[in-house]
Amino acid sequence: MNIANEAVPERKAAKKRAPRIRKGDRELSLLALPSVLYIFVFSYLTMFGVAIAFKNYRYDMGILGSEWVGFANFKFFFISEKAFIVTRNTVLYSLWFWVVTTLCALLVAILLNEVSRRWSKYYQTVMFLPTFVSWVVVMFLTQMFLHHDFGFVNRALQDLGLERVRWYLELSHWPAILTLAHLWKSIGFSALVYYAGIVAIDPSYYEAARIDGATRFQMARKITLPMLTPLIVILMIMAIGSMFRGDFGLHFFVPNNSPLLFNVTDIIDTFVYRALAVSGDVAMAAAVGLYQSVVGFVLVVAANYTIRKISEENSLW
Amino acid sequence: MEVYAAKLGRGGQIVVNGFFLLLSACIVAPFVLIVSVSLTTEEKLYELGYSFFPRGFSTLAYEYLFQSPGVILRAYGNTVFVTLVGTLLGLLLTALIGYVISRRDYRFRSPLTVFVFIPMMFSGGLVPFYILMTQYLHLKDSLWAIVLPGLLSPFYVLIMKGFMGKIPYELVESAKMDGAGEWRIFFRLVVPLSTPALATLGLFMAFNYWNEWFNALLFINDDTKVPLQLLLVRIMNTLDFLRNNSEYIQSLGINMSQFPNESVRMALVVLVAGPMMFVFPFFQKYFVQGLTVGSLKG
Repeated sequence: MNIANEAVPERKAAKKRAPRIRKGDRELSLLALPSVLYIFVFSYLTMFGVAIAFKNYRYDMGILGSEWVGFANFKFFFISEKAFIVTRNTVLYSLWFWVVTTLCALLVAILLNEVSRRWSKYYQTVMFLPTFVSWVVVMFLTQMFLHHDFGFVNRALQDLGLERVRWYLELSHWPAILTLAHLWKSIGFSALVYYAGIVAIDPSYYEAARIDGATRFQMARKITLPMLTPLIVILMIMAIGSMFRGDFGLHFFVPNNSPLLFNVTDIIDTFVYRALAVSGDVAMAAAVGLYQSVVGFVLVVAANYTIRKISEENSLW
Repeated sequence: MEVYAAKLGRGGQIVVNGFFLLLSACIVAPFVLIVSVSLTTEEKLYELGYSFFPRGFSTLAYEYLFQSPGVILRAYGNTVFVTLVGTLLGLLLTALIGYVISRRDYRFRSPLTVFVFIPMMFSGGLVPFYILMTQYLHLKDSLWAIVLPGLLSPFYVLIMKGFMGKIPYELVESAKMDGAGEWRIFFRLVVPLSTPALATLGLFMAFNYWNEWFNALLFINDDTKVPLQLLLVRIMNTLDFLRNNSEYIQSLGINMSQFPNESVRMALVVLVAGPMMFVFPFFQKYFVQGLTVGSLKG
């Protein structure tokens, strides 16, 4: 009896509500409308645009009018040795940058915690400065050091009685130069992330360790690092998720877009840009871009899946 | 934490501080070098190369730039326009959608959230974007080509939603009781309450727009529409051209060493990057807050 009595009005209410949209919902939808339209145009329309990768795109015919060519654009890219080179560079640089930056940032963060708060503020500000300049500016800064005639490094080598180096012609130095440039620009940001993690560690752990007579080094190894491990792991998985996306600015500007260096500096992003803006090979650029997007998508999904397994609250969805 | 920090012995303090002073020096060095070069005379530059102390001090490069400031001022104007409009519009769009999907009672909350976050995982890539901008929206050589692409990032929406989700629903409820519509609630209640999030994200956006060069590189050819960063790219390319073709230039009767080109371009870099370097450390606090908000979730 009771159950029936209660159930009936509820069902009635549900029925009454279901087909109509509440006034509040309508207003909220209206609030969201500009952003929804924006996202639709700039994100979803470009997703449909991947059709270009399967077409012989012609500007005068548009996306719909151009002729389908199947996988020809992909074939063109993958049978060239370029596919291997740019993929290798993109992946290796991504992973290598992550390893180097993480190790240095951890060291800096741990040491930052050892100096007084006042000094740590100054150091942080200084380390943050490169974050505020664009890669274009970094290109000029790099030239200051590496310019063949006037560059600081070559002048210093000369003063030491050594040979000048033609930096912008020699392949073998560039992995190191790019690593340094990347580290210089990203260390402040990364160190801060880990520093925030260290500050959040419960001080009583250190208190207890000190009573047990632990040294600073032991504390760092047995308390700080293990406590930071979840953060490190999550950032690592995210780095793997985005390893197919390189840093265009770094690879385009720092080597000054020098064709001689492409073998060691070129990544998918710069390759696509050149195919589009320089050689005008729109369809092939689209195919390579799609290859990057699809592999990137798989990696992001896999990375998120892994993070979910480790810690649910850190996953993106 | 202070207690913990103070436990490091005096010797240790010196070592650690020494490490940081060295690191700071390495980080600042390129900036010092560029300022120094911009203040060096051209003859000394050719003679001694780039060095950390301006030997043969001269402000000629700056005087040269200020003599005909038209190009720089216009580039500044373009960048300021892009930064202001982009940041304000971007904040509005981000706040609107972030707020709506933070409302637990909103009927289309989950589908809308999915709609916003799918672009975070998959994008069409550069080419469809380029074609959309040039062939369909006809934005080539328009400053809107720099403003529009960066307006809304799903990641910022995520942060905004997280912040707005913490505003107690009772407040919204009571405003409704008083007869306020959703628009009024948003602009009069939610926006003022979200000032910290708006300030943080606004700062990030302003920073991105100020340093924007990618879309400018793709879409801007018109000399009057060039923003600061693209101006630097162009200066670099032009001077590379002059330098690599010095014989050709000389055949035209132009003496390259008379023209203060090395110091001028470095002075230009100082003028472009300088304001940012002075202004942004003051906002560093907010950046740090923004970072911690960001790192809490992803």
